[in-house]
Amino acid sequence: MNATETNTNEGVVVIQDLTKSFDTTEVLKGITLSLKKGENLVVLGKSGTGKSVLIKCIVRLLKSDSGSIKVLGNEVTELNNTDMNEVRRKIGFLFQGGALYDSMTVRENLEFPLKRMYKNLTKAEVDAKVKEALENVGLPDSIDKMPSELSGGMKKRISLARTIIVDPEIMLYDEPTTGLDPVSSHEISLLINEVQQKYKTSSIIITHDIECAKTVANRIIMLQEGKVYKEGVLSDFENTDDELVNSYFKSQNITNTKTI
Amino acid sequence: MKKTIPIPENEMEPMQKMRPKEISVKKKNKLEVFLADVGNATGFVLKVFKNIFGKDFEFNQFLKQCFAIGNQSLGLISVTGIIIGLVLTIQSRPVLVNFGAVSMLPGMVAISIIREMGPVITALICAGKIGSSMGAEIGSMRVTEQIDAMEVSSTNPIKFLIVPRVLAATFMLPLLTLYADALGILGSWIGANIKGDVSFVLFISQAFSGVEFSDLFPAVVKTFFFGAVIGFVGCYKGFNAGRGTESVGIAANSAVVMASLLVIIVDLIAVQITDLL
Repeated sequence: MNATETNTNEGVVVIQDLTKSFDTTEVLKGITLSLKKGENLVVLGKSGTGKSVLIKCIVRLLKSDSGSIKVLGNEVTELNNTDMNEVRRKIGFLFQGGALYDSMTVRENLEFPLKRMYKNLTKAEVDAKVKEALENVGLPDSIDKMPSELSGGMKKRISLARTIIVDPEIMLYDEPTTGLDPVSSHEISLLINEVQQKYKTSSIIITHDIECAKTVANRIIMLQEGKVYKEGVLSDFENTDDELVNSYFKSQNITNTKTI
Repeated sequence: MKKTIPIPENEMEPMQKMRPKEISVKKKNKLEVFLADVGNATGFVLKVFKNIFGKDFEFNQFLKQCFAIGNQSLGLISVTGIIIGLVLTIQSRPVLVNFGAVSMLPGMVAISIIREMGPVITALICAGKIGSSMGAEIGSMRVTEQIDAMEVSSTNPIKFLIVPRVLAATFMLPLLTLYADALGILGSWIGANIKGDVSFVLFISQAFSGVEFSDLFPAVVKTFFFGAVIGFVGCYKGFNAGRGTESVGIAANSAVVMASLLVIIVDLIAVQITDLL
């Protein structure tokens, strides 16, 4: 099957028995999950449970030890680099810190993936795409700014614009609200929903922010010690006797109450 | 008295479990660590070579890096070049006067500068200036996941970041060295005129009467290797920086130390080879 061919009957991302170790530390211990077309799948879990490692394995920033990762029908663990790059064109990845290129302006940051993935675009087409992406994240006036001139929330928005500019089918968000104030966190959560509706993306959102999860999730998976601990919709997590899930949700509620 | 309850293995966070491993890594034999580092560096160099000769060369990035390297180092090299010429002349003059050989001063200084002082001093300055800059810049890109962002944008970071920097360093160092040589000779003329009176034309004519092609050629050739060493080391240290911000400083620092050391070693090898020919 070609790298760009799509077979999404079973899900746009299908992971089976995925394992990943660093030296002798087993971080992922046989993860199995599936991302359905058009859904927002939230992956919850404490720090160090392998959430970020999981999505980095999907785009092959990290190589998995064993198991299967199918993205749009392509087994990414077996693809050569050229075919993997074709698959990456369909995936948007929002990094935890934004990962904007320091030495480039906002315009150049947005043009970078666009010019590299779509080499035949004219300058007018590139300009129009950049303008549209910035308007979608509500920052059209930041076009000539350097990343150092932007606040944390603005960086996340620009980073999101850089990700959606290439019209990805799948979005991977690595802790999109970490380090942001509650207002900016909520705005980013709403933007994630807007992206889902406007671009018809299927998304995996890695987070430990319950408010973000409540806003964006169609389905939730909770990881614990490198394994899927619980899977379901939000109400399954809110109305459960499970001590671990409750302690997680309750502790977040206590924090929010104290903040208010 | 408080009792310390040991945490069972299965209740530990992965990072906690990692700690004993980290300690065992630190206890590894230094030779093993050195050999592993040499192996990684060799793999890195091979990857860079593979990408130099591949298609889609990043010419704009190459020009940008050439400008950055030249622009960054020009002021420092100008000052250093003049001072080296000046000091060599002031130090050598009394000895030559004693032997009545002061007329040999321009030729002697020119040979010293062209053969050894110009290339080595320029390379050491560039190792400090360019090597640290590359180590810090690429290291910071690694720490802030910018290199990862490039990869997921279907861009090969070796091709985009490393190849242009290594090639720019390789090709700019000979130019900077020739510039330093010229300013060194100028500095020498100024030095000669502090306690004497010699015209610029006469000084230059005497300086170059003692210099042969066999002095200039090996000296220029070795500067290509100096440049390559600085580029490779700076980029390698930055590209393999750890995950914390501390590792940016470590990358920059180790890039300078390693590049300076390798410049001296390459110089030794180059001198030995030139001597044999």
